[in-house]
Amino acid sequence: MRHELRLSGFGGQGIMLSAVIIGRAAVMYDKIFAVQTQVYGPEARGGASMSAVIIDSIPILYPKVREPDIFVIMSEEGFLKYGKGAKENSMMLIDSSLVYSRPGTPHVLIPATTEARRVFKRDIVANIVMLGALVKVTKIVTPDALEKAILDSVPKGTEELNLSAMKLGFTLAGG
Amino acid sequence: MSGDDWLRKDRLPHIWCAGCGNGTVVNCTLAAVDEIGWQRANTVFVSGIGCSSRAPGYVLTDSLHTTHGRAIAFATGVKLADPSLNVVVITGDGDLAAIGGNHFIHACRRNIDLTVICMNNQIYGMTGGQGSPTTPMGKLSTTTPFGSVEPAFDLTELAKAAGANYVARWTGFHVKELTKAIFSGLSTKGLAFIEVLVQCPTNYGRRNKYRSVTDQIDYMKTHSVLKQKADRLREEGNELPEDTIILGEIVKRSLPAMGVRK
Amino acid sequence: MSRVEFWQGNTACAEGALAAGCRFFGGYPITPSTEIAEHMARSLPKAGGVFVQMEDEIGGIASVIGASWAGKRAMTATSGPGFSLMMENIGFALMTETPCVIVNIQRGGPSTGQPTMAGQGDMLQCRYGSHGDISPIALVPASVEEMYSLTVHAFNLADIYRVPVFIMADEIIGHMRERIEVPDKVQLSERKPVIDPTHPFRAGCDLIPGFPTFGKGYAVHVTGLTHDDRGYPCTTNPEMHEKLVTRLFNKVESVRDEISLFETINTDSKVVFISYGAPARAVEQMLHDHPEAQIGHLRLKTVWPFGERCLSQFPNAEVFLFPELNLGQISREIERHTRIPVISIPKIGGNLHLPQELWEITERYL
Repeated sequence: MRHELRLSGFGGQGIMLSAVIIGRAAVMYDKIFAVQTQVYGPEARGGASMSAVIIDSIPILYPKVREPDIFVIMSEEGFLKYGKGAKENSMMLIDSSLVYSRPGTPHVLIPATTEARRVFKRDIVANIVMLGALVKVTKIVTPDALEKAILDSVPKGTEELNLSAMKLGFTLAGG
Repeated sequence: MSGDDWLRKDRLPHIWCAGCGNGTVVNCTLAAVDEIGWQRANTVFVSGIGCSSRAPGYVLTDSLHTTHGRAIAFATGVKLADPSLNVVVITGDGDLAAIGGNHFIHACRRNIDLTVICMNNQIYGMTGGQGSPTTPMGKLSTTTPFGSVEPAFDLTELAKAAGANYVARWTGFHVKELTKAIFSGLSTKGLAFIEVLVQCPTNYGRRNKYRSVTDQIDYMKTHSVLKQKADRLREEGNELPEDTIILGEIVKRSLPAMGVRK
Repeated sequence: MSRVEFWQGNTACAEGALAAGCRFFGGYPITPSTEIAEHMARSLPKAGGVFVQMEDEIGGIASVIGASWAGKRAMTATSGPGFSLMMENIGFALMTETPCVIVNIQRGGPSTGQPTMAGQGDMLQCRYGSHGDISPIALVPASVEEMYSLTVHAFNLADIYRVPVFIMADEIIGHMRERIEVPDKVQLSERKPVIDPTHPFRAGCDLIPGFPTFGKGYAVHVTGLTHDDRGYPCTTNPEMHEKLVTRLFNKVESVRDEISLFETINTDSKVVFISYGAPARAVEQMLHDHPEAQIGHLRLKTVWPFGERCLSQFPNAEVFLFPELNLGQISREIERHTRIPVISIPKIGGNLHLPQELWEITERYL
């Protein structure tokens, strides 16, 4: 069941945290295996930031993503740098409020940032909206595990907001 | 106990030259630690490299003779790891102010509870007389053969500006005052810095036309002014000669300190 | 008993140190090791320990050595540039037999190089970086789990052998997060007690003297100068220097096969990979992808001292293939110990070898 997930956007969107949440959901709550990596350094802030998670039912040997089969793209630059060469049959979740390009591969458009702003008046939870949509579409972790991992990872006092954002993601993805 | 009980007698005689001022500083230091009532078992002497830094090797306590310039950084680890230990650093002008300058100012900034005693002989004595950051302008050394062209550091002003709680300067001639100053330094919570100007007949005096040990001591005596007097003279609008040595307590205060025994 | 966590390698290293009883951290932040310092800054005060951010790495390792003499298990963490700065005091720790742990999360060098990218370019520096003849211990983790367990082990080795012990990890292992089973309890060793307080540096047949902690009344003199059994300087006596430095060297070298840890797969294979750190993960993946090829694998967990016994585990080996994130550092050490050809597979720049590229090289030897 190995899945290689790549997330990209711009600094401040929570691209790194999103990857950690998915990895955490898999390991801590779905009791499977995950390795999370990310790009460090100045380019991870100003330009396109990138993080990655590998999920598998068996221990993961090679820790780096080689050919992602799932993408979460939250900026145009992120698409151009990390999403454009997506392999056939990969699945891409695109924040359609910020990304104009479309891949030739299967994809789902989620207006995460627009909807986060409209519903919560908070762009900052757009990444959690995307995670909700991601789990709904790909089922790489269970919704229950995702919920618990989100609660572990977000600042105190924002739990309700983030869970609502996750559920908004489920809805936007057709749930 | 007396100061003598703190000496590692099986290590004597020491390596210092006849007429060197370092022995006096060791005597004053041991008299002060004895007077304050510290125990040998919970006192640690730390040093770096140079003539001064051999001193801990003659003291009958735990002693850490470290790398050039780094004594204060090692002492920081000892003191923070076990604040119940009394930690004294013995250093020299080259060790403290050149290679170790960064550790010195940061230890003063942290105000870590150490007593740092600097034997300032204005030269690298052990290695044959090279110039140091405290070699006065115009003075000769093997690396300033035409006279030093660099301004010298005022170590006490440096310690004061960096935040040390206690700063004093004396010479090896002022035995009583020096012992008292070290006692005050040991009693201070926070960083205490005591600079002691000492004669180095072999490598400084000889090159700089002090024919005898007493010539160099006489120079220090005649060119030094007590801080209170210097302040008064300045207030009255007098300018002090460039080569004036200011002696006494430069600063005493109680800024927040680190590593103080609970 | 154990619990599962999803930790970063650097977190696991810091947690391993805390579990091992480390109660002093002195250091200077440097990418990609900084998370260790940050974790210790948060955790040590709660554990009754001390964290101090020093003015530079020279001060960092100096404070660690000082803290060790004051009786604390102490560590620092750094990367290439900081590691270079520490070298003189690492030599001091070796000469004075000071237990301490130095973590190097290796990045691309030389100089400032690639601060955020992985490398293994400091493997010979940790062995030979200090002046003089030395023999330190260096451990090389290849997983988040080993960042924990080998850090615990490093503290034990440091105390047993009275040497600085290096954790020579790399940016990939330091920064990645993965599943780790954290044990409830770890095994801890203790420093040997002092036998003869008048000769604190006198060693028995194991060549390791007891440790006279400061503040216990030993009045021990510790110096980086060549010293006698009392700890007193003795710098111009050739026999004394030879006796001391030979003992310091041999106390580790003579037990290298006991110290060295490794794992083997397919020991009867003709084609054998040797690896350590992140490249081991590429080798393991390749072996997993091509089980039919029955390729051998020797994964080193200890690189220094190098125990050549690990090579004899592969009696049929005809070639050793050795991917490293450098231009071939430890592969040269292997060549010293075997007549079998050692093929270095170097990679620098920050990327990890791909399993596929290792397979393509392997096929030439099958």
